[in-house]
Amino acid sequence: MRDRFRKWLKAHPEFEREARRRAKRALIVGGIAFLILAVTGAASFALIWLTAVALALYVPAWGTLKHGSWVVVLGVLALVAMYPFYQANLFQMPIFGEFPSVDTGVTMLIFIMMALGLNIVVGYAGLLDLGYVAFYAMGAYTAAWFASQHFSSANLHLGSVGINPNTPGIHISIWIVLFIAAVFTSMVGIIIGFPTLRLRGDYLAIVTLGFGEIMPQIARNGDHLFGKNLTNGPQGINPIDPPGFGDNLHSAVGLPSDYLTFNKTILGTSISSVQLFFWTALLLVLFTVFCSVRLRDSRLGRAWIAIREDETAAAAMGVPLMRTKTWAYAAGAFFGGIAGAYYASFKSGTFPDDFFFNISIFILCMVILGGMGNIWGVILGGGFLAYLNQEGLGNIGGWLNQHFSAQSKSADTWITLWHSDIDVPLYQYGIFGVILVLVMLFRPEGLIPSSRRKAEFREGVADEPLYDVQQ
Amino acid sequence: MSTDQARIRSIPAFRVSPLTALGAFFVALVVLWLAVNFVKSPSEWYGLFLIGLTNGAVYGLVALGYSLVYGILELINFAHGDVFMLGGMLVATMTTAWLATASGLGLWVGIFGMLVIVMAFCASINTTIELVAYRRLRNAPRLAPLITAIGMSFILQNVGLVWKGARPTSVPDILPRGEVFSVGGIAYTWNKFIVLLFTIPVLILLVWLVQQTKQGKAMRATAQDREAAAMMGINVNRTISFTFLIAGSLAGAAGLLYALYFTNVRYDEGFRVGLIAFTAAVLGGIGNLPGAVLGALLIAMIESFNNGLSWATPGSDWSTSIIFSILILILVFRPEGLLGERTPEGA
Repeated sequence: MRDRFRKWLKAHPEFEREARRRAKRALIVGGIAFLILAVTGAASFALIWLTAVALALYVPAWGTLKHGSWVVVLGVLALVAMYPFYQANLFQMPIFGEFPSVDTGVTMLIFIMMALGLNIVVGYAGLLDLGYVAFYAMGAYTAAWFASQHFSSANLHLGSVGINPNTPGIHISIWIVLFIAAVFTSMVGIIIGFPTLRLRGDYLAIVTLGFGEIMPQIARNGDHLFGKNLTNGPQGINPIDPPGFGDNLHSAVGLPSDYLTFNKTILGTSISSVQLFFWTALLLVLFTVFCSVRLRDSRLGRAWIAIREDETAAAAMGVPLMRTKTWAYAAGAFFGGIAGAYYASFKSGTFPDDFFFNISIFILCMVILGGMGNIWGVILGGGFLAYLNQEGLGNIGGWLNQHFSAQSKSADTWITLWHSDIDVPLYQYGIFGVILVLVMLFRPEGLIPSSRRKAEFREGVADEPLYDVQQ
Repeated sequence: MSTDQARIRSIPAFRVSPLTALGAFFVALVVLWLAVNFVKSPSEWYGLFLIGLTNGAVYGLVALGYSLVYGILELINFAHGDVFMLGGMLVATMTTAWLATASGLGLWVGIFGMLVIVMAFCASINTTIELVAYRRLRNAPRLAPLITAIGMSFILQNVGLVWKGARPTSVPDILPRGEVFSVGGIAYTWNKFIVLLFTIPVLILLVWLVQQTKQGKAMRATAQDREAAAMMGINVNRTISFTFLIAGSLAGAAGLLYALYFTNVRYDEGFRVGLIAFTAAVLGGIGNLPGAVLGALLIAMIESFNNGLSWATPGSDWSTSIIFSILILILVFRPEGLLGERTPEGA
């Protein structure tokens, strides 16, 4: 066995070299991180376990092996998928406090999906969209129209679960609604894009910003739109039907029949609706990642990148500008729509105040922080910022106030820097603004850049729009 | 000879495209709507007209800042509206501290002093932003400075939030409210008139500065072609800084008038007014100074009439949508704006 391994190593010298290099790096970085965590009171079995898994995924140079890069992808995926089972046993991080709850995990995954959708528009095609929240709103309201009691004059039931068949309103299975939302939203994307995509970059940004401002106002005032109640105004539409697969699929394959009433204990963890929402969101993110990768490598994706780098050259090579840009818009809107509809069904309601301009910037910030055009970067940026927004800032604020505030003076207070507690989450958008500026100034290609995008930012591109050149 | 030919060719042939017809139809509808409302209740109409005139002056000052910066850098300075709001906040602080009970000559000297201080304050913020953020990105892809500007806008908004909190800060109502003149039974009061009284000299000064002075000539040259201007010995960096200085001081003046006239400021107000002013600048033709003022007056009139008129009026619930619809329509169908030249920038 050992001899066979030696032989194998000899046959793959690059594996050994890379593994040694990584082992050194992991020893330094991982050792320091491990020490800090252990000293700050996170010393636990979970910490050792997590470190071991991280080392096993990182140190052996999986990438040098045939099909080896799948090991890392599948390993990370398994870690994420199993998260609800070990989340309760994890340790306290310094400053950040507890690991995100499964509930936050669902929101993180949904925002990752939106960020991936926006990445198609901003990252691949290089069109700045400041109104992405409009697509999110369209998706959410589609879910509200087709899976709630809102249109009480209609009475349509199609695969809905957990709803009395006599309940008025349109009740369609959420899986179909997700699809309807995606198609509807991408059609809106095409309609918005068609007249506006001729404009140059910053004008286009302004037009999308305009749509992003108009859409929530329509949602807010939509309870008296030409005498019709379309959006139920400021109260929003709730409740939205829960997802589920119905009794037939439940008895045949064992899929949960109704998410809200599901309750079972698996591997010592009680699994209820939140965990189901988590796994479904994970599947949706996987679907988005798959589509993003395939789109990027397709003929259309290469056309997007060509337009982003040099519109004039792309047009000269026969890339149809308008059609290609419109497809980018439609594809971005598609995933925004799914994410919006799924989020509405997760929160079981949709409210016009959820769709204000800042959300567009929030999602844009995810794409930029992670690295425009790089799927893994966008996933990292999206997950991290969504976590900060949901739990992280609150935890950090708590930590800061515990140690530096005079208001809750206790044994934990190190130095008094301010008198009354600071409400850190209140300043979330200021923090996102700082992130935007710092990233743009010092690392415009993002944390995990795609090598191509990095070269564009470092060396500059001919991003004069075609219409500037045709004097 | 050749210039004459070019001039002759540049006169557009008169023909009515479907687009122009559609535009004319919309304008006719708006005129009809205004006329019917005027006949129905003239006094209400006059009052709203005067409000629109006053708001238009404030929006105009902000819009000029957008237009100046866009003209020279082709950058939409999203942070401009927030600079304006910080100026308003400084005025709120100063008024509460010094002028809450002032009257007579002391009041006027006080207001004038505040004007100078707040203009200097906003000018220095604006120039600092250019220096630390935009200057480094001058040769980056176009998206980079735009995204930085959005980030800056959020940062300034939160500075305002830290400074004054999330609730609106009220400013002592120090402007006199006597009648200047009256139209159709509606009095034009001093607090509105003062806005015009401050705006018009500032505009004249600005036009003189850009048209007549050497520095203004440098600005126009840099706006036309930065590299060529540099070759002619113009200090491009200093000229751009100077433009931001002017834009910032205009925002400061607007902030003073806004705070004193509306008597309250809020941290996110700057963003809203900024977007309206930007729409105004685009409507008038971005980069074009008289266009910015004309656009601001038009937008403010539309907003005011929409909020106040009673016959067939969408009402204030829809004013944001209406303003942004105008913005979108203008950008799509006439990107050069009302007074701007046809450039290849839009379409």
